Amino acid sequence: MDWFKRKKEALKPVEKKELPDGLWIKCDNCGEIIYKKELEKKLYVCPKCDFHFRIGSDIYISILFDKGTFTEFNQSMKAADPLNFKDSRKYSDKYKATVKKTGMNEAVVTGTGQIEKHKVVMALMDFKFLGGSMGSVVGEKISRAIDLALENKQPMLILSSSGGARMHEGILSLMQMAKTSAKLARLAEHKIPYISILTNPTTGGTTASYAMLGDVHIAEPGALIGFAGPRVIKQTIGQDLPPGFQRSEFVQDHGFIDIIVHRHELKQRIASLLDFFAHQNNVA
Amino acid sequence: MALKTQKFVLEFERPVVELEEKIHEMREYALSSGLELDDDIKRLEKKAGQLRKEIYSNLTRWQRVQLARHPLRPYTLDYIGHMCSYFEELHGDRHFADDRAIVSGLAQLDEFSVIIIGQQKGRGTKDNLYRNFGMPNPEGYRKALRVMDLAVKFDKPIITLIDTPGAYPGIGAEERGQAEAIARNLFRMARMPVPLINVIIGEGASGGALGIGVGDRILMLENSWYSVISPEGCAAILWRDAAKAPEAAEAMKVSAPDLLELGIVDEIIKEPEGGAHHNTEQAAQIVKEAILRHLRELMQIPRRELLEQRLDKYSKMGSWKE
Ligand SMILES: [Zn+2]
Repeated sequence: MDWFKRKKEALKPVEKKELPDGLWIKCDNCGEIIYKKELEKKLYVCPKCDFHFRIGSDIYISILFDKGTFTEFNQSMKAADPLNFKDSRKYSDKYKATVKKTGMNEAVVTGTGQIEKHKVVMALMDFKFLGGSMGSVVGEKISRAIDLALENKQPMLILSSSGGARMHEGILSLMQMAKTSAKLARLAEHKIPYISILTNPTTGGTTASYAMLGDVHIAEPGALIGFAGPRVIKQTIGQDLPPGFQRSEFVQDHGFIDIIVHRHELKQRIASLLDFFAHQNNVA
Repeated sequence: MALKTQKFVLEFERPVVELEEKIHEMREYALSSGLELDDDIKRLEKKAGQLRKEIYSNLTRWQRVQLARHPLRPYTLDYIGHMCSYFEELHGDRHFADDRAIVSGLAQLDEFSVIIIGQQKGRGTKDNLYRNFGMPNPEGYRKALRVMDLAVKFDKPIITLIDTPGAYPGIGAEERGQAEAIARNLFRMARMPVPLINVIIGEGASGGALGIGVGDRILMLENSWYSVISPEGCAAILWRDAAKAPEAAEAMKVSAPDLLELGIVDEIIKEPEGGAHHNTEQAAQIVKEAILRHLRELMQIPRRELLEQRLDKYSKMGSWKE
């Protein structure tokens, strides 16, 4: 819910991680200078320390889906600025500028495709679009994707990368949590698998709805996963937070993540889960 | 109409409260001195009434937020006490603890036996610490779910009363899965085959409110607020200054009339003149009548249809272009 705050604070080093021009990139975790082509080949994981760089939905699509099988839908949906929201600048202006800068229409991409020949429906959030914040469009696109998974009887996957609900759409953003959760509840009644993949970061209303409602929860290593932002917690309790607090490994230790998967294995491990759920036990 | 001396007065309430105190004094003086002051008192009462109407019919969103937080405002247990002929509170989530920021229990509401759940704020420092200022931990949401499961098992309607400044942002809350607890409630409440009515009685802050706020009808008291984040939280992030909360309240459109217009709430419950804290008993009576009216409607709907309608209701929420 407070992605702006985190943007200011934690994103500073991340800015550099966002793959700037030039041939070389410095790992923010270990300082290793990495040849950009090499990093790309390593799926944006530091070859020295395994730090997972933040990547966009387009790269995840190329990592996860069988070549050329991903087809996006509802691509043209855009925010309507229902509140006519304005802080120091208008939400509509900020939104337009973001569309121009990112080449995306919203903070989630939804589509169908194949993962090791398994047909799936997937929603992939993208942090570079307003911090991956969830407003009406994100909620509606994810809801329609879940509806399609139900209609096609295909597994549903959501990859989260989000600071939470989008403040600029007020209560309507909050209600997307209820909407997507309700759709997932119906999907579950039909026993269609839903896999939630949590990447850095997954916080606020995104975590408090679909990200935490999977049959299986997969996290990338070291991802920030939580409800309240670390700064808000620190401010509230007036003490320092324990080391590793709200990171994937911590969250797994406390029982909310099933498996932490290295990006190099992500596709294979998801495919194996899909194999498992698709398998029918025949009585001899 | 004798008014007790109000202990806490908001700035915009002051003119009315002062006038009311004056009337109170005059009445006492008339009584002790034997002077005939009826005409003067009547005149002042009329004036106070007009003034009250003037002030309360032109409230800004921020003023409503202040009323929603008024320390004399009725809380969940006040409503339960006045509305229900029977209430047995049930404690604990059966896993970890009893969260006092949420109360839940079995209740009789006129002809209906129901489950009631609500966030509970405290009155005064000690009580507020006990109630954690109405900010639930995960075990609060899990207690709510555990008790709602009783409602499903025994086919009882569920009433939730929402009044929280937010889910508690603490280390333990994160360790025990605040996000999962809220998500689970949204997931389950969306499909519970019993009538479910949510009433926002005070503050509706974010996921902490929504965690017990999914239902067939969402009712909202006239001077309550409900949004994705508190005005202070929004101001701190977007304005980089929590003191800009009044601006944030305006920008986020957090008031009951806003939510009615945005198609989120089904009905605004009118408060007694001067706000719910002006007359708790009357406020509870009005809320009770609204709940009963909706409950009688919902009880007529076949359960399968009820679930479809509920899903439809949430499917429509939001605003987009395509
Ligand atoms: Zn490194």
